[in-house]
Amino acid sequence: MIDDFIINALLAGVALALVAGPLGCIVVWRRMAYFGDTLAHSALLGVALAVSAQLMPILGVVFIGVVLAALLFWLEQRRELSADTLLGILSHSALALGLIVFSIIQARVPGIDLMAYLFGDILAVNQTEIVWMYIGTIFILSVFAWLWRSLISISVNEDMARTDGINVSMVRFVFMLLLAMVIAAAIKVVGILLVTALLIIPAASARAFSSTPVQMVLLSGLMAVSAVVLGLGASFYQDLPAGPAIVVAAALGFFLTRITSARI
Amino acid sequence: MSSDTGNEVLISAENLGYTIRGQQVLKAVSLKLQAGETVTLIGPNGAGKTSLVRILLGLKKATLGEIYRKPGIKIGYVPQKLHIDPVLPLRVRDFLLTAGRFDHQQLVAVLEEVEMAHLLASPVQTLSGGEFQRVLLARALLNRPHVLVLDEPAQGVDIIGQQALYQTIKHVRDRHGCGVLMVSHDLHLVMASTDRVICLNTHICCTGHPDDISAHPEYLKIFGQAMEGLAPYSHHHDHAHDAHGNVIPLAGDNEPGQHEAGTHDR
Repeated sequence: MIDDFIINALLAGVALALVAGPLGCIVVWRRMAYFGDTLAHSALLGVALAVSAQLMPILGVVFIGVVLAALLFWLEQRRELSADTLLGILSHSALALGLIVFSIIQARVPGIDLMAYLFGDILAVNQTEIVWMYIGTIFILSVFAWLWRSLISISVNEDMARTDGINVSMVRFVFMLLLAMVIAAAIKVVGILLVTALLIIPAASARAFSSTPVQMVLLSGLMAVSAVVLGLGASFYQDLPAGPAIVVAAALGFFLTRITSARI
Repeated sequence: MSSDTGNEVLISAENLGYTIRGQQVLKAVSLKLQAGETVTLIGPNGAGKTSLVRILLGLKKATLGEIYRKPGIKIGYVPQKLHIDPVLPLRVRDFLLTAGRFDHQQLVAVLEEVEMAHLLASPVQTLSGGEFQRVLLARALLNRPHVLVLDEPAQGVDIIGQQALYQTIKHVRDRHGCGVLMVSHDLHLVMASTDRVICLNTHICCTGHPDDISAHPEYLKIFGQAMEGLAPYSHHHDHAHDAHGNVIPLAGDNEPGQHEAGTHDR
């Protein structure tokens, strides 16, 4: 007999894996891992602002994502500092600011739990949230499919994409919005601090067994789903924290693919 | 197919200037490209060739001057440095498909034009320099462009492959009747396949037919010193190579690949 909360957790985890796996491939191809991390860290600030304004947390996360991207774009205009340094500055200052705002809100809104946001609280997910997550998943995957060729094109070379008539800034911006939405959904599952893992580990694992972009995206989705199922299983039977268990399962999968692909 | 559209101006620039961080990269540059002609930009490193090309393509804004691009013009672009990260699994086929929707036949046809049809299913990261440049050329041709813009198309290609590549570019231009704007740093390699040379070193030093340019004092001032002391090594070949490196006999030669006995003896 399996309890409802475990089924709910599985459903929520799979919904997230279905978007995190495919979008993670673009993150890996475009070397955006650190950007994803920054987006995730700043999400706490977004959640805190949304809660204090009594809005849905996802709105706060997407809003902060847009602000962050604009800030990064502005900072990159002067070229003394490289993108990874700027991201490091933004990432940690956004997290620190988020923690401060959160502590202020905590005094006013009882029952709001910082740890649930930092490390996920997938076992507490309810059915309404699951319905929303699947609507979100379908929406994100549709936009992803619509932008697919442009996304590959700008991953290969932005100048060439631009001469082909692709609106590169628009594609980048929309992808950033999708990423912010995935991160907002992932907070509930693995938490702010571990979100990036679910984006890059399945994609990296899928690379060794893929010879086309489509294969890599499908395989990455499959890897992410497996990590969620295995992680939640381990969490349920061994009483481990769910979010970290999912990430460790993904990491084990990665090292396993390394070993098997080295043999082939 | 190269027709009477010969004199139509496809792209032109009037009095372009480009300054970045206080550094003047381009100054008073005017040029035009017509249908069916090949214009080659030459100049030393840092002369502003790539900046000029990027401005003409609309990838960069000039600080001064006017750009005209024929309305609705389609441009096939081969950028200077294209490195495809190994983390992106991409066969030649997938790479070509980033240019748009094409069926199998169209992909094979365009690869045949550059003699690379056998590589359709190969991962792009496994191609040699010469093969990759040809695949880039094929991609640029897919959308039937009015203009091909090729920034150092022969980079990473060995000397024999370079000549073959410039030949292919010439054939492609004649077949499609498009204009070609090329960037090169070696006049002698492009001489045979170019109609007009623009010698650029921040400003346009001289412009004209390749034969005239090679004797032009402005050209010699920039490139003359570099050539001094480089005694040209010329020797006779009894065979040539096709795009795959296979030996093909020259006309009138019935023993391909056979060097004259004893030439290398002391």
